Amino acid sequence: MSASGMKQSRLAFWLFLAPVLGWLLLLIVLPHLDMLYMSLRSGSFSHPGWTLTNYQAFFEEPIYWLTFARTAGYAVITTAITLVLGLPVAFYIAKVVRPGLSGALMVLLLLPFWVSELVRVYGWMILLRESGVINFFLLRLGIIDTPIEMLYNDATMIMGLVYTSMLFMVVPLVSVMESLDDSLVEAAYDLGASRLCIWRTIIIPHSKPGITSGCIVVFMLSLGNYLTPNLMGGKNSLWFTEQIYNQFIASFNWNQGSAFGFLLLALSSVIVWAGLKLTRQKLGEVAS
Amino acid sequence: MKKLLVLIALVLFASAGVAKADTLKLMTWKGYAPKVLVEKFQKETGISVEVTYSNNEEMIAKLRATRGAGFDLAQPSQDRISSVQAEYGLYQPIDYAKVDGKLFIPSMLEAVKKNTLVNGASYAVPFCWGTSGLIVNSEKAPGVDSYKALLDKKFTGRASYRLKRPTIIAMGFALGYDPFALYADTAKYQAMLDDIEKTLVAAKPVVKNYWANGDALLESMRSGEVFVAMAWDNGGWKLHGENAAIDFKAPKEGALGWIDTFAIPAKAKNVDAAYKWINFMLRPENAGYFTSEENVPTASADANPHIAEAVRANFERSFPPATIDNIKWYPPVPAELEALEGKMLDKVKAAK
Repeated sequence: MSASGMKQSRLAFWLFLAPVLGWLLLLIVLPHLDMLYMSLRSGSFSHPGWTLTNYQAFFEEPIYWLTFARTAGYAVITTAITLVLGLPVAFYIAKVVRPGLSGALMVLLLLPFWVSELVRVYGWMILLRESGVINFFLLRLGIIDTPIEMLYNDATMIMGLVYTSMLFMVVPLVSVMESLDDSLVEAAYDLGASRLCIWRTIIIPHSKPGITSGCIVVFMLSLGNYLTPNLMGGKNSLWFTEQIYNQFIASFNWNQGSAFGFLLLALSSVIVWAGLKLTRQKLGEVAS
Repeated sequence: MKKLLVLIALVLFASAGVAKADTLKLMTWKGYAPKVLVEKFQKETGISVEVTYSNNEEMIAKLRATRGAGFDLAQPSQDRISSVQAEYGLYQPIDYAKVDGKLFIPSMLEAVKKNTLVNGASYAVPFCWGTSGLIVNSEKAPGVDSYKALLDKKFTGRASYRLKRPTIIAMGFALGYDPFALYADTAKYQAMLDDIEKTLVAAKPVVKNYWANGDALLESMRSGEVFVAMAWDNGGWKLHGENAAIDFKAPKEGALGWIDTFAIPAKAKNVDAAYKWINFMLRPENAGYFTSEENVPTASADANPHIAEAVRANFERSFPPATIDNIKWYPPVPAELEALEGKMLDKVKAAK
């Protein structure tokens, strides 16, 4: 290639990259820089200046870090449940049904996502509430004699989160499982391997990149979810995002809220990094 | 050719300017801009109204984010104006010469002027008012007349309230404090908050949920899941129309009275339209229509003949004269107290 040709292709490269860079800079980097600035400033108008008190408050006040630990813990549990449910579903779609049907199944999986999360959560609330659909049928069938309140507890909230994030686990899993060579599974069967053994030694190792990317997406979505914990969660289920919202909206303390936002970003990154380390993977491999 | 382009550009700019001048961007509460009145206003003035629904906290946050731009008119409660105005300068002073003073109940206009006074200027005019108190299902919870019912083990799983400041104030009165008198003394106020926190945490088994959405609360009262709730009077009256057993009840500690206002954001683009809307909404027949539709008492002086009989009956049933005198009106709240309250509410929500 001639020198001018090189120059041209490089120019084209930057031209195509520019919108992405602009997007990242304007919508992600700049707001975060502003947040970082705010999180390091004092909240009170009478004593403006640089300070670390906003971060200090997080560690000194048990309510804040306990809420964070709770949120992170429940997000991990949600991710684990989603993975356990997602693996067989993905395998069934990718390998078991005939190709024509697997497309239809994917559409079925996508369908609920055509309505907004808010509507889906309200749907669940109509089903589960004390005067709701499920209680109505249970009462009619004589299985229970007083209605049960199924909403407003942690189990329901986790179910809601799993339901919301199922798709984000199944899609990457299906795409990695499609590339799995059937003959490996068949050979294992011929050699007398048990089902568990096939899953453990063939399917899961092969699906590792899909599992990891699915887990990262689901974990981040659950951690950052606001609607589901707020509407379905119980009276003692404070989610960390709710606390950020409260700092911004109820207490007018944007500085504290920004510090919490940054801590959420930092701590979730650490958890994802730890997860990658534990399973001995690299982020680059996962993305490819 | 060039001239033509310039001309086209000029026309475009001009028409864009006109289009802008013809809309009023209103940030308000749900129900405060009934469709019928929006259409009537447009017919009368040619100004269309773009309505954004919000609440007190979000109004402040939105205006703070833009330093008072993006909306031509907002409707915060009167006690939430002076402190944020002093700190962030969200609003511009009201030019009372442009407002038709005869339209307002004089004492209410004076009270709002006084409560929104910052550095010699006032920032709001009243629009409507109402109270928070208890909505009670008297069939299932007979004889309830105190905020303490929300803590009563008798109603375990059958009580509901918000984790917001009205609940704090109500519990303050129920526990024998005078929260408004403590506004000036942060240490004493914090002591009261600690006490309320303990009370609310101890009463957690009683509460079914902390409601966040008014319609959802009404639905759970309607279906009989909740017997006693702390909420706004108009919600109770709405339910009373459907089921005579449910009604709003002003508790013996006093219902909490609020006044929602009109305030003009600092960088409002269409100030004229804002004043036009204020005068339009306070006109007796329009105010009367609003009150009849939404069950919210108006600040308009002569609206009475325009208010539906049933709505007046609601009011007279829930508020005999002695109860009106017992209404606790919110004074302007100092900003630093809201931070203390926010933290305490978080603790209550997180407690097991």
